[in-house]
Amino acid sequence: MRHRDLGLVLQQIRYQNRIFWRSPVSAFFTIAFPLMFLVLFTALFGNDEIGSLGVTTAQFYAPALAVFGAASATYTNLSITTAISRDEGILKKIRGTPLPPSVYIAGRVGSAVWIALIAVIIMMTIGSVVYGVEIRGSTFAAAALSFVVGAAAFAALGLMVAALVPNGDSAPAVAQATLLPTAFVSDVFIVTEDTPAWMEALGNIFPLKHFVAAFGDAFNPTLGGSGFAWSGSENEYAIGLHLAVMAAWGIGAAIIAVRYFKWDPQGHRRGSRRRAGRAGANS
Amino acid sequence: MAAIRVRGLSKHYGALTAVDGIDLTIEEGEVFALLGPNGAGKSTTVEILEGHRIRTAGDVDVLGFDPATGGRAFRERIGIVLQQTALERELEVAEVIATYAGFYPRRRDVDEVIHLVGLDEKRAARIKTLSGGQKRRLELALGIVGDPDVIFLDEPTTGFDPSARRQAWELIANLRTLGRTILLTTHYMDEAQNLADRVAVIANGQIVAEGTPESIGGRAEGAATITFVTEGLSREQLPAQAQSGFDEASGIVTIQTPNPTAVLNDLTGWALERGVELEALAVARPSLEDIYLQLTEEGM
Repeated sequence: MRHRDLGLVLQQIRYQNRIFWRSPVSAFFTIAFPLMFLVLFTALFGNDEIGSLGVTTAQFYAPALAVFGAASATYTNLSITTAISRDEGILKKIRGTPLPPSVYIAGRVGSAVWIALIAVIIMMTIGSVVYGVEIRGSTFAAAALSFVVGAAAFAALGLMVAALVPNGDSAPAVAQATLLPTAFVSDVFIVTEDTPAWMEALGNIFPLKHFVAAFGDAFNPTLGGSGFAWSGSENEYAIGLHLAVMAAWGIGAAIIAVRYFKWDPQGHRRGSRRRAGRAGANS
Repeated sequence: MAAIRVRGLSKHYGALTAVDGIDLTIEEGEVFALLGPNGAGKSTTVEILEGHRIRTAGDVDVLGFDPATGGRAFRERIGIVLQQTALERELEVAEVIATYAGFYPRRRDVDEVIHLVGLDEKRAARIKTLSGGQKRRLELALGIVGDPDVIFLDEPTTGFDPSARRQAWELIANLRTLGRTILLTTHYMDEAQNLADRVAVIANGQIVAEGTPESIGGRAEGAATITFVTEGLSREQLPAQAQSGFDEASGIVTIQTPNPTAVLNDLTGWALERGVELEALAVARPSLEDIYLQLTEEGM
């Protein structure tokens, strides 16, 4: 690292942000899609108190959908755009410049986390202004920390997917096929009185439910405490265990991403044709 | 001083040998062209010199660095234009150039670079609105914005229309006047002829000929071809050295000779004496393309 590398990271974050905001499809899915769910759910279920939870529909769904948006911005976007950039040769070209690979990756991650933050802020602001979602000062710090740890973990998972998929065509399928089913067992879309035990256990394995709990419980007025506790009792907000699970997933994903990350275009798009040409010339 | 020195360079992919013992020396300020058919090993060689690929054997020195281990300090002094166009569609021309300029401690002025590649009018255009040739010129701009000492151009004008190609040639010639060393690969003989100080022809991972575009492959010493057309003459009426190359149906005479001056003197003397007109009289050296085809076919 050199002293001006921090400036290069900021430059890369701005560069990636610009690309994101100029691609309407990704902006729509990350920002508008979760908002649509909030509007739909409150319209369908009404915004009264949900019996089993003791909070309003919006109070329950806004933080959960904010986390879903944050996961889309980091996990889904990062895996797809990174894999596509590799296919297009952009990663290879960057590798041929003096820009350190770590700075480039930090720029992509920083941009994804920044966009996740914007998605969360928009969701919570609309939730608060339109649907009367209560935001408490006492849990703010724990909620912010949960966001940072969760977004970082999902960014690492996104880079892991980008490292493992053969090309950009398969990245969206892998990202969606993992995130959406996980969301259904992670208290994002559905809240039932008695979830089957196996579904409860399955959700506990994956990091999304912990992200939803760590961030969402900050906005649950029936819980007390600042959140800075390992594991809370029935009526206490606690993020410790949730952060530990997310961090474990994030660190594991980062190790795999570093181990398998490739900068050159892979798969059948170019490489094999070239190799075939070489083989032909030598035969 | 040599900018690039390569000794005994080899690259194997399993049982496949892509590069098979190449030696190259490219002087500072030289424009050097690597010519060869697809799969001959020229891209692999260039990618090893760029640091994109790891060699199997041999010594490589580029600006005093081993490209495999040179890292950031090495990449600050080279510029790479890859064969594949790789640009972010949604960004503007000047945005991308300015961002890439930020990677280098020594850099060229963004507007100067835009002007050099002739994209002044496209300064604020989104990349997705550029033509294929304009995108290649933008790639060229990104390759030189760090003011590199050595520039690698992998098929720099593939897909250009003729006027864009002329413009790119001018740009490359300009870079040469600044004392930059340029290594380019190309399929186009005229490109090598126009730009390169020296040319190496590569086939089957080996260099089969090396020299100036004028002399490569024995081009300067090679047989010249004299052709002309006669009317109403039979084979027996022609001078002795023209008889074997006479095609009766068309009346075309073709003579291959290492001494075209003497043969022409004989021919014109004979023609004047008899009042015969040597129509469409022409003398040609083998073109670089002829030499190239001959060399690469021999290698197959």
